[in-house]
Amino acid sequence: MMKFERYEWVAITIMISLFIFVGFIQGWSVSLVILNMCIISAIMTMGVNISWGYAGVINFGVMGFLAMGGLAAVLVSYPPISESWQAGGRGLGISFALLIVLVIAVMYINKTVIQKRNRYILNSLIIFFGILIIRHFYLNATHNIEDVNPAIAGFLGGLGLPIIFSWIVGGLFAAGVAFLIGKVALGLRSDYLAIVTLGISEIVVSVLKHEEWLSRGVKNVIGLKRPVPYEIDLQNADWFINLVTYLNSSKLNNIIDVTDRQQVLNNLIIDGSGIFVKLSYAILFLIVMLIIFYFANKAQLSPWGRMMRAIRDNETAANAMGKDVVKQHLIIFVIGAAIVGVAGAMLVTLDGLFTPSGYRPLRFTFIIWIMVIVGGSGNNLGAIFGGFVIWFSWIEAAPLTTFIINQLTIGLEPTNALKLHLLDSVPYFRYLFMGLILLLILRYRPKGIIPEKVRHS
Amino acid sequence: MIDFLNSIIVLLNFIIIPGISYGSQLALGALGVTFVYAILRFANFAHGEIMSFGAMITILFTWFFQSQNIGLGIFPTALLALPIGIIVTIILCIISDKFVFQYYRYQKSVPVVLAMVSIGVMFVINAIIRIIIGTETIKFSDGQKFIMKAKQFKVMTGLNEGLALKSSQVITILITVLLLTFTFWFLQKTKTGKSMRAFSDNEDLALLSGINPDRVVFTTWIIVGVLACVAGTLYGLDKSYKPIIYLNLVLPIFASAIVGGIGSPFGAVVGGYVIAFSEIMVTYAYKKFFVYLLPSSMEPTGLVQLLSTDYKFAVSFSILVIVLLIRPSGIFKGRVL
Repeated sequence: MMKFERYEWVAITIMISLFIFVGFIQGWSVSLVILNMCIISAIMTMGVNISWGYAGVINFGVMGFLAMGGLAAVLVSYPPISESWQAGGRGLGISFALLIVLVIAVMYINKTVIQKRNRYILNSLIIFFGILIIRHFYLNATHNIEDVNPAIAGFLGGLGLPIIFSWIVGGLFAAGVAFLIGKVALGLRSDYLAIVTLGISEIVVSVLKHEEWLSRGVKNVIGLKRPVPYEIDLQNADWFINLVTYLNSSKLNNIIDVTDRQQVLNNLIIDGSGIFVKLSYAILFLIVMLIIFYFANKAQLSPWGRMMRAIRDNETAANAMGKDVVKQHLIIFVIGAAIVGVAGAMLVTLDGLFTPSGYRPLRFTFIIWIMVIVGGSGNNLGAIFGGFVIWFSWIEAAPLTTFIINQLTIGLEPTNALKLHLLDSVPYFRYLFMGLILLLILRYRPKGIIPEKVRHS
Repeated sequence: MIDFLNSIIVLLNFIIIPGISYGSQLALGALGVTFVYAILRFANFAHGEIMSFGAMITILFTWFFQSQNIGLGIFPTALLALPIGIIVTIILCIISDKFVFQYYRYQKSVPVVLAMVSIGVMFVINAIIRIIIGTETIKFSDGQKFIMKAKQFKVMTGLNEGLALKSSQVITILITVLLLTFTFWFLQKTKTGKSMRAFSDNEDLALLSGINPDRVVFTTWIIVGVLACVAGTLYGLDKSYKPIIYLNLVLPIFASAIVGGIGSPFGAVVGGYVIAFSEIMVTYAYKKFFVYLLPSSMEPTGLVQLLSTDYKFAVSFSILVIVLLIRPSGIFKGRVL
């Protein structure tokens, strides 16, 4: 089992005390909301860190893998809509079967036709006409599906299983997409790879945005079932009322008047139910995070992890020693993406809704990368720390900025135009903070706050 | 014959003219990315934000001139503000180099680190823009909007289809031609341009021949500033300015630079037009075009559209992926300025 150094204990203490601090200042509910997102961010960061920190494979497609995870959450948990299946299921089936036939045909041509020019011509002809035919079935089917009750349905729905399964399915979805991307793009130089993965993630998101039969597109999917109890059920459950009464017994016993006492108790129950729900999410997420952390560390210390570091540090030498660099790059890219996909499914689980238009690269790719760089690439604890610290400052930047602006402009009138303009632009200062943090870390601590440990084994 | 002319006009109006103007904007942007890539050797993710910054400064001065009632008559006032925008953008580029990029250049950092640094710069510039001008959509083109309206054209020629020519499109094309001519003349004929090409071709050899690297880098940032500001302003003039849109524009710009052959300026320009035309051609509904060309019995029933316009951005990336698969070095072999 791994041992933490002293500065790592300091980092862990800082993380915990931040939440306790916010809990006392802004309330426990706020603190738990931030904590939940911090844990999810930490998982995303670990995913990126595994491919970048272990093996030096860049992955700028975070947004796309998150979206795939989100799609998994919808497809697993949403109840199936049988009318939609009846309306377009057959057409879709036919078009997918045709697509498979097309792919096989192209592969066959690639194998048999040797002359390059003929191969290109044949391939383009087959793909062009094949797509024309597939489109005919496909458009009809999707059109029919989208016409079924468009106000509340208009898509195929899902399987109606508990949403918690989607965390695994999300990982698989993301891994599948990552496999395809990796097959195509992993041979490229790292900065090309960054651009290509960024672009493909945009393609993934735009598909989710516009293929309404699959994901309901920009109409969003709402009301996904939770893995934890609902507040309203808790408020009517006897055991929960008893628990709240028991926990606050000293406070309640001081109130003699019965109606007053009931009033206070009701308020406590309402507050308590919200906190209970968030706390259960936090526990679930924490379990997933610790499992991934455990295995990520285990993998890093294993011979496989050592090989990955060797490939990262000197690809040519590793290749000369007989390591299959291309294959290992693909493996680690897929693993990293799968972890990001898990985080994507968890994100949708937490929100209870899936909004494809909400996936923007600035928020879901670049911020995650800042977390990786700031935390320390190649160190899993560093990744978690980066996720926590950056998400925390992302959220707390707004109150902090308001405070600073108010202090700086204390001499100005409350109606001063500059002051009002600055206060209006408070939400944008967080981008400034993020950029500055990234630049400062890259300049003065390029290995991150908790750097990778040098191992002489 | 009339039908044939009509169909040609449809193509001109909906594909060729918008394609050329959008392609020019992409080409200018891609040229800037290419310069940074060839001389400083990293992928500059901040380029979109630099374009946006230039456009923002131009807008601010346009507003100032408008409030002073200074204008150019039928031309947009933005043209008057553009030189100031260019100067401020150049200053921004040089400041960002002095305080940020220079350190890593001296350290001889790997390109990926510089790309990360450029992401940091991107965030900072992004924040500055949003703090100064907000996130609203801004229309700042004034003066005469159309050189030729669709109706005028119909009356003039007696055809069914109109051909509209926006002044912003014509200005875009003219400025692009001027700027491209100047850039290529500069690279081929002047001493500084030649030293830049030498530096990009082989850094060590160039240093041995007595080329001052700081001077080359300085000149590069000046050129990048000019190109970025002009490209950003033209895009804003043509489609109205929206700070968020420039981040999305980075991707087609990178695609243009890579498709053309990254590091090759001529390739970047060609790549810009290739990307622009394919985006427009793949997502255009050709129904009208075929209605004129084909006899009425063969008229198409659907829209005759390959992909819906929602996939506009996806098209440029699919092309990028295909090019990287078939010919990784791009259309024109890259890596030499």
